[in-house]
Amino acid sequence: MTEVQNDFIQKRESIIIKGNVAAAYAAKSARVQVISAYPITPQTTVVEKLSEFVDNGLMPGTQYIKMESEHSVFAAVVGASKAGTRTFTATSGQGIFYAHEMIHWAAGARLPIVVSIASRGPAPPWNIWADFTDVISQRDTGWMNCFCSEHQEIYDEILMSYKVCEDHDILLPKFVSYGGFILSHTSKPVILEDQDLVDKFLPPLPSEEGWPHIWMDPKRPMMFGNLIMPSSFYYEFRLKIHDANMRAKEKIKKVAKEFEKIFGRNYGNGLIQEYEMDNANVGVIIYGDLALQMEQAVEDLRGEGYKVGMVKLRHFRPFPTENLIEAAKKVKLLGVIDRATAFGSQTGGPVSCEVKAALHETKGTATVLPIINGLGGREVTLEQQKDQLLKLVKYNETGELPKDMIHGTLWDGLLEIE
Amino acid sequence: MVKLKEALESCQEEYFLPGNSCCAGCGLEIALRWAIKALGPNTALVTPASCLNVVVGLWPKTAPNFPFTNMAFAAGAAGATGMSAAFKAKAYRFPGKGWDEMTVITFAGDGGTADIGIQGLSGAAERNSDQIYVCYDNEAYMNTGIQRSSSTPHGAWTSTTTKGKDRFKKNLPAIMAAHDMPYVATCSISEPLDLYDKFKKAKSIKGCRYIHIMAPCCTGWGFKSEDTIEISRLAVKTGSWILYEVENGIMTLSKASRPLLDPSKRSSLIDYLSKQKRFANISEKDLIELQEYLDHTWKRIEADLSCKEQYPK
Repeated sequence: MTEVQNDFIQKRESIIIKGNVAAAYAAKSARVQVISAYPITPQTTVVEKLSEFVDNGLMPGTQYIKMESEHSVFAAVVGASKAGTRTFTATSGQGIFYAHEMIHWAAGARLPIVVSIASRGPAPPWNIWADFTDVISQRDTGWMNCFCSEHQEIYDEILMSYKVCEDHDILLPKFVSYGGFILSHTSKPVILEDQDLVDKFLPPLPSEEGWPHIWMDPKRPMMFGNLIMPSSFYYEFRLKIHDANMRAKEKIKKVAKEFEKIFGRNYGNGLIQEYEMDNANVGVIIYGDLALQMEQAVEDLRGEGYKVGMVKLRHFRPFPTENLIEAAKKVKLLGVIDRATAFGSQTGGPVSCEVKAALHETKGTATVLPIINGLGGREVTLEQQKDQLLKLVKYNETGELPKDMIHGTLWDGLLEIE
Repeated sequence: MVKLKEALESCQEEYFLPGNSCCAGCGLEIALRWAIKALGPNTALVTPASCLNVVVGLWPKTAPNFPFTNMAFAAGAAGATGMSAAFKAKAYRFPGKGWDEMTVITFAGDGGTADIGIQGLSGAAERNSDQIYVCYDNEAYMNTGIQRSSSTPHGAWTSTTTKGKDRFKKNLPAIMAAHDMPYVATCSISEPLDLYDKFKKAKSIKGCRYIHIMAPCCTGWGFKSEDTIEISRLAVKTGSWILYEVENGIMTLSKASRPLLDPSKRSSLIDYLSKQKRFANISEKDLIELQEYLDHTWKRIEADLSCKEQYPK
């Protein structure tokens, strides 16, 4: 936390709420016009809270539709967004998988839908606890994806996301994800901003004409989503989705700056946040709730004289390649810590896979050591994180790999099996 | 019922334009053309995967002269639910601009309705989502090349029932009526005035309305393209397709089907089947079973007609 941030928070009143409730308040602050909802643990209290807001008249004009599945939930926000409204929903794990077809649809139609995700492990066996495999498995759909590591960030990031997504040069949907239960069901102080300030920060709600590229208006009859031949523009449309994702990096940085200016909270450059990386020998890239605890681990080890640092990865899509290369030039060894799987890949974790690809062919960057931990909500303690850092320090100093590497990845915190 | 002259005068405007790529003799085209004539221009249409995705024109050509969006196969009713909600949100934000007068319709084939889309449709019906859901029924997956759907009749050949379908046609209108929706109706393209009236009536009602149109497919059923209307008419005359409305739980038979309560007034089923190649090899056993099924369906209609009480609203 920066000093500016600390001062600012002291001047403002906060309320103690769950991460899910922070997500609901953000949707309310963003004046979303259509909410579609379906219960799934651990997301459910997001849509419960929104239902309460709507029932109590706190979101005038907002349509709240109770769907019968996640596939329909995403279809409904797609339909609503096409007609030119700001839309919101929330889901988790299996819900994301079930909605996968519509997730592609939303990006293909370039709809600026924002969805909060309380991430959970994929079944079987059933699991409802923190694991980002659910949202990361949507990597190639065209959606942007941001990880939050604390309650305030959930509220803030949803607001920032609408501003990025609805930019007429971007027009992409976005996931705002955070660890199930660890953030969704624990309570911390969150500042809920004045509506006037939020209105000043966010773009106005879509005009009567709707989005610039898609509308449902009898005065301008138009058809959307027709079959398109291979010789026509399908291929080019795909490139445009990729291009918008890449261009969104600058927009995300700009919005993070504007956010800090208005609300006083700093999220690095929006894409990543560095912590003690200058003059470090060893660093880690980490995301989600574990990043917050890792800050403490870094601080503790710094106190003991170890030159360690960390990079909190905020955005997975678009992937901040340039920033990570710069960060990787500062250290000799970089542990990349995933709370997610990418089975059968060169590393056991999806983000380490991406980092390796990003650093490939760039001279003078760190060696990457992939680490997996905390799958399906397995607890990762502060002591364990410090131990991870010490293992990296040892590897850096002696060249001796941690003894429990499996297929080139450190699967940390496994149960002891005879 | 509206008079032919009156109907022709009041709906000169075309909303589903020529130049589309329907097969000659396509039942879907006639169904959509008349449905939108009845609903008028303030209509937004959602269509899940079906022939309709393709026949409206390859990008960037478009035949519909009204707002039209494609949607994923299982997502017709849910997409329309969201769109309908969006128009309500817009009506709140831009009052007096006509957004509250928008009619949202889903236009889906029998596969998109009775098979992959039934969950979304059932959800929309139960929620009373403000939309008209239309199933144009050509009794198989025609767009992918004539595969069996749950709406394919008993004994019919399809590319996945090469010896004739062993099961009976799923009774979708009855399933929808069981949702206690404000309005359920069945139509045939051989009765355009009846169809026109039913869409007009549906438009005047709020909530989730369901209209099921029999729309024969000359390509998939194996009849001459000039016989589409004749085949549709035979479906009605033989009692194979029954025209009725269910308003708040009260069923009424429509004019063309009303006399057929008397079994002796129904044309012989053979007249209908013998004109379609899909029934060319129907076995005697299947034929008997199909006749028994139709007789049974009519018994159920009789039972439904005996209910004179609206369900509690």
